Amino acid sequence: MSLTVAGGRHLQALFGSLGRLVRNPLATLLTLVVIALALALPTALRLLVSNAQSATGNFVNAVDLSVYLKTDVPLAKAQQLAQAAQQRPDVASVTLISADKGLEDFRAYSGFGDALAALKENPLPHVLHVRPRAQDTSPASLELLRHYFTAWPEVELVQVDSEWVMRFNAILEVMRRLLLIAAAVLGVGVLAVIGNTIRLEIQGRRAEIEVTKLVGGSNAFVRRPFLYTGVLYGLGGALLAWGIIAIAVALLSEPVATLARLYGSRYLVRGPTASDIGTLLGAGVALGWIGAWISAARHLKGIEPRA
Amino acid sequence: MIVFDRVSKRYANGREALSSVSFEVHTGEMVFLTGRSGAGKSTVLKLIGLLERPTRGAVIVNGRNTQTLKARHIAAYRRHIGVVFQDHKLLADRPVYDNVALPLAVAATPLKEIDKRVHAALDQVGLLGKERCLPLELSVGEQQRVGIARAVISKPPLLIADEPTGNLDPDLSLEVMRLFRRFQDVGVTVVIATHDHHIVREFGQRVIVLENGQVHGDAQDSLPSLVATR
Repeated sequence: MSLTVAGGRHLQALFGSLGRLVRNPLATLLTLVVIALALALPTALRLLVSNAQSATGNFVNAVDLSVYLKTDVPLAKAQQLAQAAQQRPDVASVTLISADKGLEDFRAYSGFGDALAALKENPLPHVLHVRPRAQDTSPASLELLRHYFTAWPEVELVQVDSEWVMRFNAILEVMRRLLLIAAAVLGVGVLAVIGNTIRLEIQGRRAEIEVTKLVGGSNAFVRRPFLYTGVLYGLGGALLAWGIIAIAVALLSEPVATLARLYGSRYLVRGPTASDIGTLLGAGVALGWIGAWISAARHLKGIEPRA
Repeated sequence: MIVFDRVSKRYANGREALSSVSFEVHTGEMVFLTGRSGAGKSTVLKLIGLLERPTRGAVIVNGRNTQTLKARHIAAYRRHIGVVFQDHKLLADRPVYDNVALPLAVAATPLKEIDKRVHAALDQVGLLGKERCLPLELSVGEQQRVGIARAVISKPPLLIADEPTGNLDPDLSLEVMRLFRRFQDVGVTVVIATHDHHIVREFGQRVIVLENGQVHGDAQDSLPSLVATR
């Protein structure tokens, strides 16, 4: 068999399968929708995780300490303290956020601007943002720093920002694990849907299969159109899932942008990347092929010509 | 071409369809296989077409022992045998062209070659111009001829037919049989199972008579006596 002839056979089988799917639009569409939903759910979870990650991207690896001074500490004293903190070898940088600057930021980003205007005096303390040196970010070193600042009489509270970062990372890890479980379970679901669809089609074309085997059609020849049908279902379902995701992202992008703006961020919803889409389409094709293969191997064996 | 050596076939339900049947068909011969329904004619053809394997004994076709043929070689084996059925087994939802082309399609023949051969085969059975018809749009005789075109399109050295005239009137039957003889004339070995004595007598070919799963008679041109004794 020459290569072009083999290619021609495959093309013929492919278009044959496509033709059969198009001739039965309602049944095909229903199957595609089921597959698409099963593929869209893990994809959506994956987007949720990656959006959550990049929305908080700048903080995730930060291990800053926020040192809140008592409200009666004057600005000059705060500047002095900042300089003193800067002298420590394990401190990379210290940023002083004065009470005025803090109030200004809060007014700009919190959305409570009008309410804040009603305040007679600034209720905020001066805050030192202390960033430890990169090599001093272990929990033990952070604890040491925290003790050091807590000991100052001017200090009200020391908050280690890494605590919420760690909690957040733990939540993300749970979501990632959920994503894996959902993908596995729904993947098996897609296999079952495609396998069953192929089984029905094999039953419907029993006479054709028998005659084909009778005139010398090999198992591979008989199997081929069903494998293409499976792949087309998988690919079609994945494309539809992509569409569903795109619509969801479009619908979410404006409210999320508004929400982000209220938190002082210019964050925009991140749609699926090229690699996300590649994974989605690849998974669809692979599941279609495997589902069809399992079904065809199981059900074609039982069909032998009877004269 | 075909050797049956003490072949027995017992089906799963316990019925013994053939018991120790032996005969030989030479290359280029045309042989009628006759006998009552249930005498074992169909079983003989199924064993040749490898739809069944013998319970005992050896069936050797074209030098190959069907008993030892591996499952994955069955498809290639069948491509060397043209089969015609009483109910012609055409695909009702495919046009004549696709039906006739099927044996070439499964053998990965180039499309150009398929086109040429389909037209030649339809020409041989007198159905040129009916390529686009669906089988049900044709008469019974025409459907049977489509079945024959499909059986011969890959130019198999062996043609087997199971009651090919079972549904046809005498004139059509003769016409179909003449068609088979034309293939024999060009060197094809032809085995036809039939209970149509009229046809058998008319053609004066070798006849193998089966009765209760055994060879009851095997003779060239001595049919009248054989049939008479039945």
